[in-house]
Amino acid sequence: MRIALHVLLFLAFPPLLQGIINRVKARFAGRRGPPVLQLYFDLWKLLRKSAVYSNTTTWIFRAGPPVGLAALLVAALLLPLGGGLPAPMAFPGDVVLFAYLLGASRFATVLAALDTGSSFEGMGASREVTFSALAEPALFLSIAALALARGSISWTSVLSGQMQVWHLFGPALVMLIAALLLVALAENSRIPFDDPNTHLELTMVHEVMVLDHSGPDLALILYGASLKLFLLGAIVVRLAFPFEASFAGHLLLFLAGMVVFAVVVGIVESTFARLRMNRIPQILIAASVFAALAVAVILIRVNA
Amino acid sequence: MTPTVSLDLALVIALVLCIASLGTSRIGAAIRYFSLQAAAIALVPLLLGTRSGEISVHAWILFAATVGLKVIGVPYLLNRSVREAAVRSEMEPLIGFGSSLLLGGALVALSFALAHRLPLPQKPPSDLLIPVAFSLVMIGLLLIVSRSTAVTQVVGYLVMENGIFLFGLLLIDVLPYLIELGVLLDLFVGVFVMGIVIFHINREFDHIDSHQLDSLKD
Repeated sequence: MRIALHVLLFLAFPPLLQGIINRVKARFAGRRGPPVLQLYFDLWKLLRKSAVYSNTTTWIFRAGPPVGLAALLVAALLLPLGGGLPAPMAFPGDVVLFAYLLGASRFATVLAALDTGSSFEGMGASREVTFSALAEPALFLSIAALALARGSISWTSVLSGQMQVWHLFGPALVMLIAALLLVALAENSRIPFDDPNTHLELTMVHEVMVLDHSGPDLALILYGASLKLFLLGAIVVRLAFPFEASFAGHLLLFLAGMVVFAVVVGIVESTFARLRMNRIPQILIAASVFAALAVAVILIRVNA
Repeated sequence: MTPTVSLDLALVIALVLCIASLGTSRIGAAIRYFSLQAAAIALVPLLLGTRSGEISVHAWILFAATVGLKVIGVPYLLNRSVREAAVRSEMEPLIGFGSSLLLGGALVALSFALAHRLPLPQKPPSDLLIPVAFSLVMIGLLLIVSRSTAVTQVVGYLVMENGIFLFGLLLIDVLPYLIELGVLLDLFVGVFVMGIVIFHINREFDHIDSHQLDSLKD
């Protein structure tokens, strides 16, 4: 029952985040903005269309979106969403599997982009891989810090009892949240790393890789992107709102936290300008350094 | 928040701001980071006081002097010299911003490792105090050697000075006033001299790149 609720939550909720972000951005720009449920309508429309495939593509291009989404769905099974909702799959070391599933999903998208033979898609693929290679140390160091703080390498125990961790390692957690927020923005190709709305070939990173996908394939990719935002956001939210409550209360708290996360992303996107390409590695290195600092601070406390 | 957590928070904020000043290319931002960092460090003597029960007059004086000098006074002077010299950003750092961030991270790791083996006369009030002080000193030195603009080098000197101040806090009970007064005076003289130097470099050569001073000519 709880597993069903968990699955239902991460299947149905993610596109809503996108809607909230777009609403916040529209408000900042003085527009009314698309309906909050717009992405659901888009997905429904795309799923009923048929896909167009170029003659130069092979099965790799067709396999890209389903494989990419499948990896993310498995990753979603590893993440506990709240006190009452433990992860359907939990075992020691699943934190590492989680990071690599994100990597596998990206790998599938990149392969599909390269398979089209378009030079623009190749450019986007190379950028995506470069930036994610720089975001990976930050993600892994953050995971290492959390694992050290809780003395466990499974998401279910790493993300529970955060109240106690806040008391012991509060300052380190602040740095971790900052690092993970930067990772979440970079991994999901959001401003200030990439603009999800841009469709100018020279500046696109993620969007350029999915230009050739259409119909149901595009729906899978759009849904996968929102799921990825949901997953990384869920980690940040669980760290930032460590309160424990009863089952329903906790669930409501978590969902409210996710809405706050979406609003924060929307505010960041409205108030920050996109970074120059050569500034992006610098920010990601800074995120890694923050995470490394958190590891150092936690280590000195754990050993003391 | 318990006093221990707020002390840790102040120290970590100082450390983060110090790293941030390594990564920025704008001199104005570096000065702002330094001023915020000094504010975080000014709170440390007060937080040490709350831990032991009462805040001594001594701690209040230290707090007021730090806020007056480092949070308001020195940044004001620096901003003025930046305005007068009309430099906005660090153009040619000897070590790039990305690599100096990485180096800064490595220096922080080194400080944490070093602080662990340092023999101390008494146990420090927080086990983050020594590593953070070490890191500030090292990152300050890194800023001095890796930047070519005189103002950023002054900021590096001041960051280093903040680290020495944190060290001095260890001895606050044993040697009141002496260390801090020396430190604050030191700082003031440093900024004073640097201000003159900056002004003159600017007057003579129309820029404040200190590498012109590397080789002497007759």
